[in-house]
Amino acid sequence: MTELHEHLFRREAGRLVATLTRIFGVENLALAEDVVQDAFCRALEVWPFRGVPDNPSAWLMATAKHRALDVLRRERTARTLAPELARALEPAEPLFTEDAIRDDQLRMMLSCCHPGLSEAAQVALMLHILCGFSVDEVAGAFVSTHAGVEKRLSRAKHVLAQSQRLFEIADPADFAARLPAVQRALYLLFNEGYHGASPEAAVRAELCREALRLTGLLLEHSVATTPATYALAALMCLHAARLPARLDAAGHLSVLAEQDRSRWDPDLMAEGQRLLELSASGPELSEYHLEAAIAAVHASAPRLEDTNWAHIVWLYDTLLAVRPSPVVALNRAIAVAQRDGPERGLEAIAAIADRKRLDGYPFYHAALGELELRRGKNDAARRHFGAALALARNAMERQFLEQRMEACDAGKADLAWHPGPSCR
Amino acid sequence: MSQFVYLYRSTNEASRAAMGSPEQLQKSMQAWMAWMKRLADQGHIKDQGHPLERTGKLVKGTQRTITDGPYAESKDVIGGYTLIEAKDLAEAAELSKGCPILEGGGVVEVRPVLQTGM
Repeated sequence: MTELHEHLFRREAGRLVATLTRIFGVENLALAEDVVQDAFCRALEVWPFRGVPDNPSAWLMATAKHRALDVLRRERTARTLAPELARALEPAEPLFTEDAIRDDQLRMMLSCCHPGLSEAAQVALMLHILCGFSVDEVAGAFVSTHAGVEKRLSRAKHVLAQSQRLFEIADPADFAARLPAVQRALYLLFNEGYHGASPEAAVRAELCREALRLTGLLLEHSVATTPATYALAALMCLHAARLPARLDAAGHLSVLAEQDRSRWDPDLMAEGQRLLELSASGPELSEYHLEAAIAAVHASAPRLEDTNWAHIVWLYDTLLAVRPSPVVALNRAIAVAQRDGPERGLEAIAAIADRKRLDGYPFYHAALGELELRRGKNDAARRHFGAALALARNAMERQFLEQRMEACDAGKADLAWHPGPSCR
Repeated sequence: MSQFVYLYRSTNEASRAAMGSPEQLQKSMQAWMAWMKRLADQGHIKDQGHPLERTGKLVKGTQRTITDGPYAESKDVIGGYTLIEAKDLAEAAELSKGCPILEGGGVVEVRPVLQTGM
């Protein structure tokens, strides 16, 4: 009997909704979601008796198709759908070819990144429509309320419906104009998984995996395979490779310095390196290139002390020029401290122009604490870690920071920590 | 060993509501398959049975009037059946407690098969 593939329904939900929305029209997204729900119900009625079909994707698509045809016939009679929709249905087969379905997910991904939506809404919409996350699951991922996410999603769907039609992927100029927003949304999705506030490691790993999967969809389309897309995919792989080592055996947050590097995923690292090479095919140097390059420097150091910090500082300097942000500046300062010692690092932090914006970020205070601790100012360090602790967003961060406070009492400094995706 | 039929009954609304997100559906599906497999491994399944369509016809009375099935209002519908072997009705009922349909507000109706010659 065929095994039930992990996350099968989540994947299929995105594929099916994307295709049905193309057929029904973007204003009938809810109808598409309804038909998918029906097909899933059907699977739950049939598969326990018959087993998982050999090709579950094809089974679900065929079932959804029959249901969609029923709906269209009924709606045509009721004349509630546009007449051209009924005509579109006449040769039904071409609507469901593999190529058409593959394009649908790309079309939906670009549609979700509608300029009328905030970045947060774009990410939520992608998770909901293309990754099959329910309202509660989206809320869990972003540590927000059911009501808040529901409101955000319904507003986003309204904007999508108002846009009259799905994004047209055939126009290269339009595509190129929309692509940066898609890359940015995928980056934020990945970052939420890597650094986000959700206390559940499993939830966060799922977000990273979905971001990687959707980026993989981009890479299947020649028009989307720009150097920046390759660089984005590279940075995701290189960071995802470290995920298994981010939690130690006891499930505690493990900083870069302490990570068991033998637990870094070699396949993902190799894939990241390969993608990084592919990203170097043109003059473009995006923020993703720079972040991927920083991750690659870390990945190429067998031990922490082998890290080429001078190169990392240089990459952060360049990144700051491309996308100035206080978090990038903070990460740069930490690299400076690694290269030149804690005093230079603290000076670099003091020189961050808009460092007020970091006040609410726990790892800003933790960085100050770490550097003070390293130069022997244990009391100052303790105060900074206390401030960080007050801002900690989940039990894992709290536990980590409490541990650092204990280290202050013992006067035991850490060697380094926390370079990761920088834009928050 | 005696034979029993499990009739899986639920309303359309209940089964849809219970399905939840795709990830929850994944879990329900796994639960169904694990339960069926457990019964089979223990030798309790005589015939895995079949799922049933939710629509059908009713043929009624001396006039042989044919109408659409009673399911338009999506009342309690039999979604499928399985033929079970168990020591007695008590055991058959006990075994049905693991059925995932119960998590979603459904019902397992356990009916002894009338033995021939009785």
